[in-house]
Amino acid sequence: MLEPESGLSSQPIPSNGGPKIGVYVCHCGLNIAGKVDVAAVVEFASTLPNVAVARDYKFMCSDPGQELIEKDLREGLINRVVVASCSPLMHEATFRRATAEGGQSPFYFQMASIREHVSWVTADGDDATAKAKALVAGAVRRVALHEYLEPRKAEVRSDVMVVGAGIAGIHAALTMADAGKHVYLVERESTIGGHMAKFDKTFPTLDCAACILTPKMSAVRSHPNITLWTYSDVMGVEGFTGDFTVRVRHRPRYVKEDLCTGCLECIERCIHKQGKFEDEWNEGLSKRKPIYIPFPQATPAVVVVDPETCIWFKTGKCPQTCIEACERDAFDFEQTETFDEVKVGALILSTGFKTFDASKMPEYGYGLYPNVYTSLEVERLLNAAGPTSGEVVLRDGSKPKVVGIIHCVGSRDAKHNLWCSKVCCMYSLKLAHMVKERTGAEVYNFYIDMRTPGKGYEEFYDKILKEGVHMVRGRVAGVTDEAASPEEEGHLVIRAEDTLIGSVRRIPVDMAILAVGLEPQPDHQDVRRLFNISCGGEGWFTERHPKLAPVSTFTDGVFLAGTCQGPKDIPDTVAQAGAAAAEVLAMVDRGFVMLEANTAHIDDEACSGCKTCVGLCPFSAISFDEERKKASVNEVVCKGCGVCVAACPSGAAQQHLFTDAEIFSEIEGVLAYV
Amino acid sequence: MSEQGPEGTFEPRIVAFFCNWCTYTAADLAGISRMQYAPNVRVIRLMCSGRVDPQFVLAAFRDGADGVLIGGCHPGDCHYQEGNYNALRRFELLKRMLVGFGIEEERVRLEWISASEGDRVQKVCNEMTEQVRALGPLRLETVQSVDEGRVAPAPAGEPVGQVTA
Amino acid sequence: MSKPKVAFYWCASCGGCEEAVVDLNEVVLDVVEAVDIVFWPVAMDFKVSDVEALADGELAAAFINGAVRTSEQAEMAELLRRKAGAIVAFGACAWLGGIPGLANLYSRESILEFVYGGSPSVQNGDGGVPQELIDVPEGRMTLPHFDEDVRTLDEVIDVDYYLPGCPPPAGLIAQAVMALVEGRLPEKGLVLAPDVALCAECPRAVTKPEDLKVARFYRPYEIVADPETCLLAQGLVCLGPSTRSGCGAACIAANMPCTGCMGPTSRVIDHGAKALAAIASLIETREPGEIAALSEQIVDPVGTFYRYSVPASLLHRRVGTKGGTATEGAVAHPAPTSTTGGES
Repeated sequence: MLEPESGLSSQPIPSNGGPKIGVYVCHCGLNIAGKVDVAAVVEFASTLPNVAVARDYKFMCSDPGQELIEKDLREGLINRVVVASCSPLMHEATFRRATAEGGQSPFYFQMASIREHVSWVTADGDDATAKAKALVAGAVRRVALHEYLEPRKAEVRSDVMVVGAGIAGIHAALTMADAGKHVYLVERESTIGGHMAKFDKTFPTLDCAACILTPKMSAVRSHPNITLWTYSDVMGVEGFTGDFTVRVRHRPRYVKEDLCTGCLECIERCIHKQGKFEDEWNEGLSKRKPIYIPFPQATPAVVVVDPETCIWFKTGKCPQTCIEACERDAFDFEQTETFDEVKVGALILSTGFKTFDASKMPEYGYGLYPNVYTSLEVERLLNAAGPTSGEVVLRDGSKPKVVGIIHCVGSRDAKHNLWCSKVCCMYSLKLAHMVKERTGAEVYNFYIDMRTPGKGYEEFYDKILKEGVHMVRGRVAGVTDEAASPEEEGHLVIRAEDTLIGSVRRIPVDMAILAVGLEPQPDHQDVRRLFNISCGGEGWFTERHPKLAPVSTFTDGVFLAGTCQGPKDIPDTVAQAGAAAAEVLAMVDRGFVMLEANTAHIDDEACSGCKTCVGLCPFSAISFDEERKKASVNEVVCKGCGVCVAACPSGAAQQHLFTDAEIFSEIEGVLAYV
Repeated sequence: MSEQGPEGTFEPRIVAFFCNWCTYTAADLAGISRMQYAPNVRVIRLMCSGRVDPQFVLAAFRDGADGVLIGGCHPGDCHYQEGNYNALRRFELLKRMLVGFGIEEERVRLEWISASEGDRVQKVCNEMTEQVRALGPLRLETVQSVDEGRVAPAPAGEPVGQVTA
Repeated sequence: MSKPKVAFYWCASCGGCEEAVVDLNEVVLDVVEAVDIVFWPVAMDFKVSDVEALADGELAAAFINGAVRTSEQAEMAELLRRKAGAIVAFGACAWLGGIPGLANLYSRESILEFVYGGSPSVQNGDGGVPQELIDVPEGRMTLPHFDEDVRTLDEVIDVDYYLPGCPPPAGLIAQAVMALVEGRLPEKGLVLAPDVALCAECPRAVTKPEDLKVARFYRPYEIVADPETCLLAQGLVCLGPSTRSGCGAACIAANMPCTGCMGPTSRVIDHGAKALAAIASLIETREPGEIAALSEQIVDPVGTFYRYSVPASLLHRRVGTKGGTATEGAVAHPAPTSTTGGES
């Protein structure tokens, strides 16, 4: 049998008189002890090689639990620590800290997960105890080979970036800018404000959205610490926690942003007398000219020229009355994309949501019948700056007399999105109120459950009920224009079972409003890859922990705020944005982050210059010295995946904390005893 | 070829290499959700499925494992961009090589399990345990000892075989 | 001061290692000047009894090549171990099992059946395989037991040094012998060759790109390789990156890819597995179907990656090939009733 010369997997690497391991088995109350025979595991652990001390305790993560470890370390009884308890993803940091407190390198520590991986998932107590023993043995054998490593720090730059300037991004940016940090606020659209800028009133207070939003938008524009980049995208992110290099692309408006005053004369004088092209801001309910501004309070108040529809770009033949109209000589039709590369210490993603595409549910008639609207379209109708100046009218301009609002469109639906979008019940009640107020129509809300959990929400529901809005508890089967009786002629008919009275109803309406749910943005996969974070199964960005770490991600330095993390209303969005800003400020003000210890390194003498590793690193952390014919790893850039280590054909590359020897001994350990 | 123990069932031992960001997290989720599954899989945590060196797989078999499971992020979702593709490339060749050594393909498995798929961890562990149970224990031949197979000389005079002259 | 006594012996081998000693050319004169060869079956007329007559440890060193698969080879290895101060496992077979080690992919039964019957070039009448023990009118005849298993030398006796290569390069042999003579041998257990892979001394290394990716693997007969460029870059499965240097890249100089005869570096436990990891990591595509297709282009992964090291590998031999239908000991065959071909 081939025995490796350097004694891999057979001899512990002695550091300070040889390894003396302390094994601590946690009861975790009854979570572990209720299934695993903790005493037997302790007894077993004490028989393993190099184990000097084996103890158990009710809650190892508590202060007295950690004190057990620190005391044994301080008294010199042990110099390595194994804790058999919950998942390392939960408490590895806690116990590493305890090991450090006890005076030992925090990396002389290994954890065995006997809760998430054993007691919580194993039916039989004997099986669970046996499995726990095997995992403890693996950890004990492994920790004996851990090398002395010192924790390393990296400095955090003080500039920060916020991607997405809806209410979440705006609030986060203002919070951090007020704290004195320089903030780059990047927004893809030509104006900031996000979805909130499209609303008329917000629930439950019926505040005017613009009234509460525009002061903040204006504050962003004038804040000395905020660099606002609109009509811009993030193209690439490189670097690592505390030192990200972000490449941002600025798309051309064909107007010089610093010269335009937003007088809008150019739009007036465009050779198109009227709008001809779909106005995206108004959800396609009106038309715009090739030169436009999304809405009057758009920030920045700078017009945009759309090269897809502008005659100058299409044919080169246009009198360009817009240029004539501009007193500031702000036009520049030669503009091209420009790029900026900036270095920031942390990033907040607040890229928002999109609404469910109601045309996926043909049974509701969206796109089929002219008077079936989505909620967002109706928001634009209601908005005074919208296509109908705030009038709720049908396509033919007349006022509806009966309006049906259908909840849960696309949400809570096995065929579309399983989740509840959290805001639709409230906004549907709001729309009910506003439509009734503006038109005097009879309003019917068709709902499954009425979800009104926030502060003042239930009271709002009460108020709407008192206003005489009709509530039909039943999922709408369909919307049709086929009349089944004379009363239904010329109307849309909404069919639903009214479960409270136990019969199917057909209710003729003039207008159907679909309460479309919230979904992740269509490019969520591309965005998450750009920032190296993950998405859940549904596409929302994944937070580090659903309860205890809702604004950070597994990528240190990248934070989340707002609906990109999951559906939520404006109060929760703003709260989360504040939380994200606070965590960024904490990181930046502390000035450093602890680097992961598990980086790769290449033994210079052993490296043959075969270059197998160089092209494998996706972070370009490996460089090759052509003269010396040696490869080397930049341990600050290295993220510690270990791909180069597995590929190195001569074993010259190794990974701290995951050396071949450590893993071989762990494999041996989990199989050798049980 | 299954071994009949006193109770009549062979309990396979399967070593699993799970990547920290996806599969290990999914296994944690299975635990949090209290999903019960076969206790036969012993998980070793690595940062990335791309760290899985084929030597580890062989060492696991040599040390007594009846099966080896490798878990990583879905293609395109690797926390380190491309580690899982490397795991896949090595795995294809490794599988064929193991078959050349007489180890059935079903004893080694590569699964993509994302952090939210706790149920898949449960399913894969149960499935693989049964699959390997059906295959029976992996009997790796140990190195022959010096005396094994030696013919004991027959007592003098007793013919063992005849050759006609 | 008398010259140190050395012995050379061959176990399951091809004779190439003996030739390698002769291939020292003029240097062999220096060798015979410096040492006293007291046992070398291929070249000199000493007998086993001469070795038995030596005092324990009287030999400075015994250079043993070949893998061990008969009882005779095991006995000789044990004898030489007693009589020698240092045992040098000479060549790939002694260190890792070598080419004979590939027999561990087959059962003893099937080997004997093929060699003495099944092979297309064998005519063996009614069949009949060598017997370990047979009584004939003239007396009792014995043959060494043909083991189930091919073993490396250090699985049979304690080995002090390893000289890798198939065969070991002349330069390394000379170095080893002179180090022995001059009392300069390094710490016990080492492989007497550079502990760095072949790319370090390969003249074509400069032509190897930093981001080498393979879109297709070729077998040597499929292409005419460019004589200046890295062979791996041309799609040939060259094990140079995972194999020790010290051979002067001889095979590459002959425009053939390295097959791994110099064994792995000290940091690797299983040569074939590491070589596989490195080669697989170079595959360009990410598509599972394409990856599988590329893997199929390496037609015999075991033979390719473990050409010289099956017995030394972590798995040691193919599962299910030991034992067969035979019980311990001799193969039970009916005694032949006629002697076509005659015994030699």
